[in-house]
Amino acid sequence: MIRAIARVLEERTHAAPFGLKALRYLFPDHWSFLLGEVALYTFIVLVGTGTYLALFFHPSTAQVVYHGSYAPLDGMQMTEAYRSTVHLSLDVRAGLLMRQTHHWAADVFVAAIAVHLMRIVFTGAFRKPRELTYYVGLTILGLALLEGYLGYSLVDDLLSGMGLAIGYGVALSLPFIGANVAQLIWGGPVPGTADFWSRMYITHVFLLPLAIATLIAIHLALVASLHHTQFGGGRRSERRLVGLPALPSYAPRSLALMFTVFAVLFLLGGLVQINPIWLWGPYHVADGTNGAQPDWYLGWLIGALRLMPAFDVTILDYTVIPNPFWGGALFPSVVFGTLYAWPSIERRFSGDRVRHNLLDRPRDVRWRTATAAAFLSWVLLIFMAGSADRAYILFGWSYETQLQIYRVLVFVLPPVVFWLTLKICDELRRNEEVERHRHEAEDEARAAANRV
Amino acid sequence: MRRAALVLLAAAALFVALTAAPARGDSTPRSALAGRGAELYAENCSSCHGIAGAGIGAPSTVHGVGDVAGFGPSLRGVGALAADFYLRTGYMPLRNPSVQPRRSKVEFSPDQIRALVAYVASLAPGPGIPTPHPARGSLSEGMSLFVQNCAGCHQAAAAGGYVPDAVAPPLGPNSPRDIAEAVRIGPNLMPRFSQSRLTDAQLDSLIAYLLYARHPDDRGGVALGHVGPVPEGLVAWLVAGVVLVGVCITIARRPA
Repeated sequence: MIRAIARVLEERTHAAPFGLKALRYLFPDHWSFLLGEVALYTFIVLVGTGTYLALFFHPSTAQVVYHGSYAPLDGMQMTEAYRSTVHLSLDVRAGLLMRQTHHWAADVFVAAIAVHLMRIVFTGAFRKPRELTYYVGLTILGLALLEGYLGYSLVDDLLSGMGLAIGYGVALSLPFIGANVAQLIWGGPVPGTADFWSRMYITHVFLLPLAIATLIAIHLALVASLHHTQFGGGRRSERRLVGLPALPSYAPRSLALMFTVFAVLFLLGGLVQINPIWLWGPYHVADGTNGAQPDWYLGWLIGALRLMPAFDVTILDYTVIPNPFWGGALFPSVVFGTLYAWPSIERRFSGDRVRHNLLDRPRDVRWRTATAAAFLSWVLLIFMAGSADRAYILFGWSYETQLQIYRVLVFVLPPVVFWLTLKICDELRRNEEVERHRHEAEDEARAAANRV
Repeated sequence: MRRAALVLLAAAALFVALTAAPARGDSTPRSALAGRGAELYAENCSSCHGIAGAGIGAPSTVHGVGDVAGFGPSLRGVGALAADFYLRTGYMPLRNPSVQPRRSKVEFSPDQIRALVAYVASLAPGPGIPTPHPARGSLSEGMSLFVQNCAGCHQAAAAGGYVPDAVAPPLGPNSPRDIAEAVRIGPNLMPRFSQSRLTDAQLDSLIAYLLYARHPDDRGGVALGHVGPVPEGLVAWLVAGVVLVGVCITIARRPA
């Protein structure tokens, strides 16, 4: 039966060589190679749930009066976008499950990419010949952030509106071109024109998903054609691969992982509330809520906006660089710029231009590990500063004091982390050395005892 | 003899009537309740609010009960409304006049509070204790009013928020009377909402919404405090993240 199907397919596709290669593909056996797969399967959930939501969501700024099932909103003026989202959340079968799963999946998608990226950086997986794979992955991360922001904004609840107002402020702050850029995107001052909603919608449901899906395909094709990297040790070398073939070993595992990802996301979507928009109410330009926060993956930008001391660059009466530029535009440019430039920077400093298929253990390349750890601590600190207001309400730590401490720590902590990481790497290697000597001595002693 | 007794009785009645009458602009309290209040006031409040509620304006070196530095507004004309609010919530007495009063342990018994309220009310005419009727209010009008006037500080779901140099407290623990009083007073940095900005009927709606917001329609599973993305991000990392990394480690393990 299978043979017959295979023959029919082969006669019409001539795909057998490719198929055989895929079935025999060897997967390295370390758990950290699965992080990217988690992101991939989360993306599938995002597309699936997002499609369901699109069946009920109306991307319209038409003003309507709510007369739905949620009494506290009854008679309130709102846009059709918000009304349809409340409706699909509270009155459409499985609507809330899908919306919450979609939102949880977005949070997990970016988290999975971030952890995957850390593994790549700390093990030197971005080195020749895999720079392109790395750049494509970084681009997926950047697009995912934008995609998440648009999803958060499209709903037009109170948080959406405030998030868009901040985005508008950052766009305006771009030196010289800011006003034109903001006008081009929003079509007018916040909250923007009806066209702006169409632009966000087509970008969120078509352009960015398509771009991300295409980049994922390129990313995977590059991974497969260059083959996975692997850690050294045992029989593994730059030229010899050790791992599990796709069939019969690895494919079932990967499927199991996929179903676990689906299960975790849908369980969260069904059991844990996320973004209860009916409680926030619709956005009107004059309204606002205290403690409005972006989803976690944009928390680093809110943190940067809050940490930056209040100063603009002005020439006479003309403000050349308004304040939101530093935290909202320059900071993410520096972070992404550093990440994009990293392979070239490292090549420049190490002079290492050969091909690598074996990964570094973080402790073995102490300066890279220390630099990456310091960089990570810097971004993390700024990220944490974004929730200083919540920390104030929750723990009573003075907001102003927290900001002052963060402003000092962003300069002090990274060098400390750098130094500490160097020491930890050295210590780990020294311990291994000691262990190795002990083993050698034991072996010698055993051999000597046997001779006697 | 009988006449003398009658005259005496009339004099006594006149005396009682005079003492019970509200003493306008008069610092001498007349009713027995206010009299007890006056004693409590002298012991506990006068070091900051001055003799007979006159207030102590400029920074002063007056040190009173518990070595509290005196510096408090005049209480003349604040009425029963303000005294009732500040004493029942534990906002007063305040240890340090430079920190924001917070809901804390109530220092006085209900009887003592009644006495103090009567005394403060007797200092000068002022607003009485309000009686809100949230059952007459409209939930959706309340939500609109809350988002327009209050959410900017108290957060959309009344979970509380940060404003420069102060906390806008979470509103869950407030009774309808607390809310009605606070709206008319504007404690600390909060603006005062007069009848012309918020009618009593609107106030009823606002209170109806706040009572609802204590336990709102929580569809979608376990609520994470109704404060939005910060706890959600924590769950994404600490629940989904930990579980999925655990699954990766388990799946990647080669059978021995």
